[in-house]
Amino acid sequence: MIRVVLPPHLRTLAQVKGEVQLDVPGRVTRGAVLDALEARYPMLRGTIRDHVTERRRPFLRFFACERDLTHDPPDAPLPEAVVSGAEPFLVIGAIAGG
Amino acid sequence: MSGVRVLVGTRKGAFILTGDGKRKQWNVSGPHFAGWEIYHMKGSPADPNRLYASQTSGWFGQIMQRSCDGGKTWETPGGEVMPTPGSMPAGQSNKFVYDVSRETGKPLTTHQWYDGTQHPWEFKRVWHLEPSPTDPDAVYAGVEDAALFRTSDGGKTWQELPGLRGHGTGPKWQPGAGGMCLHTILIDPKDAKRIYVAISAAGAFRSDDAGKTWKPINQGLRSQYIPDPKAEVGHCVHRIALHRSRPNVLFMQKHWDVMRSDDAGDSWREVSGNLPTDFGFVIDVHAHEPETVYVVPIKSDSEHYPPDGKLRVYRSRKGGNEWEGLTKGLPQQDCYVNVLRDAMAVDSLEPCGVYFGTTGGQVYASADAGDSWAPIVRDLPAVLSVEVQTLQ
Repeated sequence: MIRVVLPPHLRTLAQVKGEVQLDVPGRVTRGAVLDALEARYPMLRGTIRDHVTERRRPFLRFFACERDLTHDPPDAPLPEAVVSGAEPFLVIGAIAGG
Repeated sequence: MSGVRVLVGTRKGAFILTGDGKRKQWNVSGPHFAGWEIYHMKGSPADPNRLYASQTSGWFGQIMQRSCDGGKTWETPGGEVMPTPGSMPAGQSNKFVYDVSRETGKPLTTHQWYDGTQHPWEFKRVWHLEPSPTDPDAVYAGVEDAALFRTSDGGKTWQELPGLRGHGTGPKWQPGAGGMCLHTILIDPKDAKRIYVAISAAGAFRSDDAGKTWKPINQGLRSQYIPDPKAEVGHCVHRIALHRSRPNVLFMQKHWDVMRSDDAGDSWREVSGNLPTDFGFVIDVHAHEPETVYVVPIKSDSEHYPPDGKLRVYRSRKGGNEWEGLTKGLPQQDCYVNVLRDAMAVDSLEPCGVYFGTTGGQVYASADAGDSWAPIVRDLPAVLSVEVQTLQ
C-alpha cells in the first residue's frame, strides 16, 4: 500500500483522518499515485493538479524520504521506501498567506 | 412561522445566520469550510433548502459545495468517495473549462492586462452563483477571468455560455483591482431568457436569448479613465440591482456614479444626486417598493472606507437623486470598514429587511427598511458576500 499524507484542508475535503492508503497498480510514480488518489477521492480532483493540463497547482509541493520531488517528472519512479510503504508520499501546501 | 436565513461568505469560511420573523433572535452556525474563502452562497428560489457555495483557495483552487438541507450538511456534487475506482467521470464540479470547441465554443482570445498588454484568459475562481428561479439543479456561475457558466445537473458539471466571452470586445476588457470578474447575474423574473451580467472592468451586458448572444449595455456611463464617451465596453461596473415587479428598470453602482436605466440597460442616466460620495460597491432595491434603493457610499477609489469614519446606508425613495443617510444603530465615528459588492441583500418580509456585511466582520440587519440597524454578529472574518432567504 502506498501511504499519502495530505495537507489538513484536503483531508477535511476528502473526509479522511491521518494518512491515506492506496493501491497503486503498475509502476509507482507521482502521476500514478495522484491518479489513484483522485479515483478514490474524486472531490480532490483539480485541487492538487489542474483538471486538464495536470500541472501542479503552484502553491503545492511533493516530498518523500526527506527529498523534494516537486520538479521530478510525473512519470519518474518514486523512492523504493514509498513503494514499499515504509515512507509516505507527502503533499505539502506552501507556508504563506494570512 | 416565517423567518430568514442569512448566508454569509467570508475570507475564512461560511456562516449561516437564522432569524425569526421579527428578526430579533438569531442563531449563528459556522464556520463552514473553515479557513477557505467563500466568495458567494445562494439558495434556490425553487427549493430553499438547496444551497450552493463557491469555496476557493490560493492553494487548492476552486471547490463547489451544495447543500440539500438548508446548510446543515454539504457535499461536492459528484465528488463522493468512490468505493471502487473506475466509475468516471466524477469530481467534475470544480472543472470550469472555457469552451473553445469548434461546434459550440469560441476561440480563447486575450484580454487587456494591467500594463496594457494582452493576456490569455485563465480561470481563477467563481465569484457569483445565481440559481434558476424554477429549477433547483440549474445555476449560473460568474467567474474570473470573466465568463458565464451554467450547470443543469445540480453542480456536477459546468458548461460555458461562450457567446459572452466571445462577444468580440474581449481584448478591451481588463481586470479591476480584484481581478477580471463576472460578479453580477440577474435573471429577468418575467422572462427567463433575458439575463443581465456585469463585469469589472468591461461593463454590463444583456442577453435576450438565454445567454446565447450578448449585447453591451453601457451607453450613458461616463468613466474618467475612458476618453471615449461612447465606449462600448471598459467601464468598471460594481453592481446592478432590479425589482422583480419592474425588471426593465435597473440601478447600478459603478466605480464612481450611481446610475439608473429605464429601458433594460439600453441607456443610463446618473442618479447620484446628493450622495456624499458616489463611489461604492453595493446597491439593492427594497422588496416591496421598486423606487426605494439602497447604497453604501465609500470615500473614494483609493480610500475604501466610509466618508468621515461614519458608516451610513443611503436610501432613496424616489429611484435616485434624492438620498437620505440612515445612521441609527450604525457606528458614526472611527469606522473604516468596506462593504464589498455582493455583501448587501434584502428579505421579503413586511416591513422589508435589509442586510449588509463589512470587511470588519460585522453583519448588520435592519427589520424596518433601513430606519434602524443592529449587528447580528460583530466579529466574523472579512465579509465577502451576504444573501438572504425568506422562509415561510
